[in-house]
Amino acid sequence: MEFRKDLFQNERDDNLNVVGKGVQRQDMPGHVTGRSPFFDDHAFEGLLHLKVVRSPHHHARIRRIDISAAERAPGVKRILRGADVPVNKNTLLSLINFGKDDEPSLAVDKVRYKGEPIVAIIAESEAQALAARALVRVEYEPLPAVFDVEEALKPGAPVVNDTYPGNCFEYHEKYDHQKLRFGDVERGFAMADHIVEDRYQMSPIEHAPTETNGSIAAPEQNDRFVVHSCAQGLFFSLGTAAKIVNLDSNRLHFIGGTVGGGFGGKVDSLTEPLAVLGAMMTGRPVRYVLDREEEMLHGGPRGAERIYIKDGIARDGRILARHIRSYFDAGAYTRLSSYAAIKCTAHLPGPYTIPNVTSDIYVAYTNRCPSTAMRGFGITAVDFALEVHMDKGAEACGLDPVEFRILNAYRDGDMKAHRRVAKNTALIECVQVAAEKARWPLSEEAQRQSSLTGGGGARAEIPATPIDENGRINRPETRGGRPTQTLPAGTMRVPMTKQPIMEGSTENRPSAPSVPQYEPYRPATAAPPPPPPPVPASRSAAPPPPAAPPVPPPAGPAPASQHGAHRFSSVFGTRRR
Amino acid sequence: MAKVPVQFRLNGSDRAAFADPADNLLTVLRRGLNDFGPKYGCGQGTCGTCSVLIDGELRLACLTLAASCEGASIETVSGMADGPSLHPLQNAFMEHFAAQCGFCTPGMLTAAKALLDRNPNPGREDVIDAIAGNICRCTGYEPIIQAILAAARTLPAQRRS
Amino acid sequence: MARFRGRGMASVNYPIGMNLGGDPSQALIHSNPDGKFTVALSAIDLGQGMKQVTRQVAAETLGVPVEDVYVDTADSDTGPHDMGSFASRGTHRMGNAVIAAAREARGVLLEAAAEELEVNAADLVTDGKGNIHVKGAPSRAITVRATAQAAQFKQGKTIAGRGIFLIPLSSVDPETGEMNPNTAFAHACLVADVEVDDETGEVAVLGMSSAYELGRVINPKMVEQQLVGGAWMGISHALYETPEPYYPNPDHGPRDFNEYLMPGPGDIAPYSITILERPAPDGPFGGKGPGEMCANPVLPAIANAVYNAIGVRVNDLPITPEKILRGLRANGGVKPQPRRGGAL
Ligand code: FES
Ligand code: FES
Repeated sequence: MEFRKDLFQNERDDNLNVVGKGVQRQDMPGHVTGRSPFFDDHAFEGLLHLKVVRSPHHHARIRRIDISAAERAPGVKRILRGADVPVNKNTLLSLINFGKDDEPSLAVDKVRYKGEPIVAIIAESEAQALAARALVRVEYEPLPAVFDVEEALKPGAPVVNDTYPGNCFEYHEKYDHQKLRFGDVERGFAMADHIVEDRYQMSPIEHAPTETNGSIAAPEQNDRFVVHSCAQGLFFSLGTAAKIVNLDSNRLHFIGGTVGGGFGGKVDSLTEPLAVLGAMMTGRPVRYVLDREEEMLHGGPRGAERIYIKDGIARDGRILARHIRSYFDAGAYTRLSSYAAIKCTAHLPGPYTIPNVTSDIYVAYTNRCPSTAMRGFGITAVDFALEVHMDKGAEACGLDPVEFRILNAYRDGDMKAHRRVAKNTALIECVQVAAEKARWPLSEEAQRQSSLTGGGGARAEIPATPIDENGRINRPETRGGRPTQTLPAGTMRVPMTKQPIMEGSTENRPSAPSVPQYEPYRPATAAPPPPPPPVPASRSAAPPPPAAPPVPPPAGPAPASQHGAHRFSSVFGTRRR
Repeated sequence: MAKVPVQFRLNGSDRAAFADPADNLLTVLRRGLNDFGPKYGCGQGTCGTCSVLIDGELRLACLTLAASCEGASIETVSGMADGPSLHPLQNAFMEHFAAQCGFCTPGMLTAAKALLDRNPNPGREDVIDAIAGNICRCTGYEPIIQAILAAARTLPAQRRS
Repeated sequence: MARFRGRGMASVNYPIGMNLGGDPSQALIHSNPDGKFTVALSAIDLGQGMKQVTRQVAAETLGVPVEDVYVDTADSDTGPHDMGSFASRGTHRMGNAVIAAAREARGVLLEAAAEELEVNAADLVTDGKGNIHVKGAPSRAITVRATAQAAQFKQGKTIAGRGIFLIPLSSVDPETGEMNPNTAFAHACLVADVEVDDETGEVAVLGMSSAYELGRVINPKMVEQQLVGGAWMGISHALYETPEPYYPNPDHGPRDFNEYLMPGPGDIAPYSITILERPAPDGPFGGKGPGEMCANPVLPAIANAVYNAIGVRVNDLPITPEKILRGLRANGGVKPQPRRGGAL
């Protein structure tokens, strides 16, 4: 690994003592001696083992649960059912007041995915718990199931999650998806020379940490419970367990912090609540560890995503408009997918400055194991789609893919689609360095570009934006609705976040203007934008800054055949034909 | 279920436990004898985190019946250091930052030790072959391969007899 | 039947920390009577190196050697609240909380030293080796150890500090998606070379080369760990793994590591990394966080390289041999695209 210390040098003082040094990890001696204390590396006298009965059906009504034979099985200490769980409905993000409780710890009248836990068996040994598990009799009435995100959103699809009968997470109690509206994409498409459209799909992915999910809960002194946990968020898990077993948080003592890989798969508190409940019910230490097959099939994967992208590109390679429609497959319950869709929305349209961007991001429920966070949550799949699409866009307009990215890259001072100004950017430099290393030939203009210059100005402006009511909850007729209003250029409605207080920073950031007035929507038309800035006769050492395509006023109709693209100067100040 | 006694040497000490006849060695080491060095990663013989040496042979403790170890000599990562001084493999893993979460590390070190015990001059392909049964989800394997090769280079001075 | 080489690239950015904020981290620091420090957290180390990152940040801020600091995490009885290890938030959020705690502790430390040296605390500096001295006058010095002992047993001062870092929660506009999602972004560009076998449909990654901009690198060895391991995961995501190979068909679920495919130690490729550092204005010493993004550019770069090699676009991950062969059949054979650049 090498450093390019020459880049951004004047933004750093490289005079620190310890920071920046490759000194040994504090935990390495424990790792190489086998002494690092993972959750399962704790001895308890009288340790009991918990195993769950899981649904063999993707979707079914539970008719009857008979645990009588299992209760009489050797070594069985206690059997838990849904009715034994004090608060048997939760959603993880309820701890930050986001979303409705929708997921039981143990299913009661319905199972909504194959592998959903129904009954928990606590026995003296794992083998005895497994033997007793085979004796639990559950009668099911199978129900129709849905597995495809777009099928799930169609009228008449089987209802997966009764809390969200439309099979989609509900945003702002208003829409069936999260919207992004910036500029007028329809006009951008009308002005483009190339339209590039495609569909992408990421299948689910299992986190597969070498340590499976699990925990040990045990009665502690002072009438408390100690919990050895592999959680990725210690208090997140403590709070979730406290809510579900209905204990004050200070009755729980969570110990963790040394985790055998997580990658997002240990955020959900899959085992802690039932282990604690087991310890409460038996008065003994209870260990609940997923075996590898459970981890793979029922541990909750990185959810699948389906992504549609449509780009409008000018002849010179500038992307004029980008629309993205994407579906997160949440599986049967929300967990964290609702958060990912917003994170994804914030990420769009990728690290590029595009004057017109819209997106519609849905979280759809299907009859599969609930998906959850994974490394790059909300980003990894859309980055795959965007960057393959960039390759196609470059090909469509006959540009080298590296040049195409530098041409469209965001820079300091540019307005992002979520209406915040880009700062501290470095995409162009990364592309230049990677190209140089790969001896990928770059034009002189591309080599001269910088994240520090050429941004802002017209590129910092918020364009006038058509607004629509598309996707009102329980209003199917609004699907595919036309724009209803225009948000005037420059409009911001979400106040700037108060910057956290950092020593040495007294900067007071301006707060956003108050809620603006809407204008009635006027249909967009491809109107001729103003002429391009003049091409300098002789090129000076500093290249002219790239001009953002100016947003023309939504004026009268123009001939349908007219393209505006050739009127935009390219980022390099030269025109391509 | 009636427990049966089993005795073996563990990292040089005589140990005894009572085990179910169906118990595997991993369960008995961890829950019976409190040796938490070997890890449970799958219980199916597909990840290598439970690797131990039985009479010098690399074995998966999760697939070994504890009762079959009667009288054997078992080595785990917990006995790898010579008192306070680390084994050259342990030092090399530290120097090469060959562990992140550290959960695969006990099994990796054990598989590597089995390799170096029989081949003190392994090539890269030998190392790859030796750890091919050990899953690591964190490191991308390269630092582990480098660490094992580096440890082998330090061996002749220290271990050649 | 032959093997075809191709090259692809991708460039990405990545947001640091939980979207929309609202994810606090807290830290407590205290000193032993002899000037050795303990940082108490509830942050989680799941391999990414949380313990060492916060240790270095604490030592740097306190101005003491890194060996004089240990991080104790995570115990809910002693470590104050932290949101968790996800969303690439550890270094940025917890790093800032540790800085705040360490600053407070350092303030007491310097006051105590000032009292012993009979100078103004504002005139004191640390040398990072365990000594405190008057700026410009290294001989007017006292050790951290002696200072801590004096503070504890003579002056009755507690050398301790509390810290929190919070970016307040903000909302999203339902109509426009306007929001304040993140304050820091990291960047990367990656080039991948592959070789595709048109008979078996198998893709081999021959090599990768990348440039990552990560803000200030707190520990280069640990950054390298993340980037190398993450790139491996990227190859795995691109070419090997999924529990539902015929998604949305839910069948064929894997039960073990024989059925769930990932590249083994024999399937890895040479990888060259270059680091750029543009410090984040609000990051700890400008740090960002490479933990999650390190796989992201690999997936599209490989997909683009496959297209460059044989002219087949695979839009559905993972890129299995079956999809390659079906694509070749649909295309009527291999259609290699222009070669780009020199050897990696
Ligand atoms: S636990 Fe033995 S091979 Fe995985
Ligand atoms: S270091 Fe985590 S599995 Fe290898």
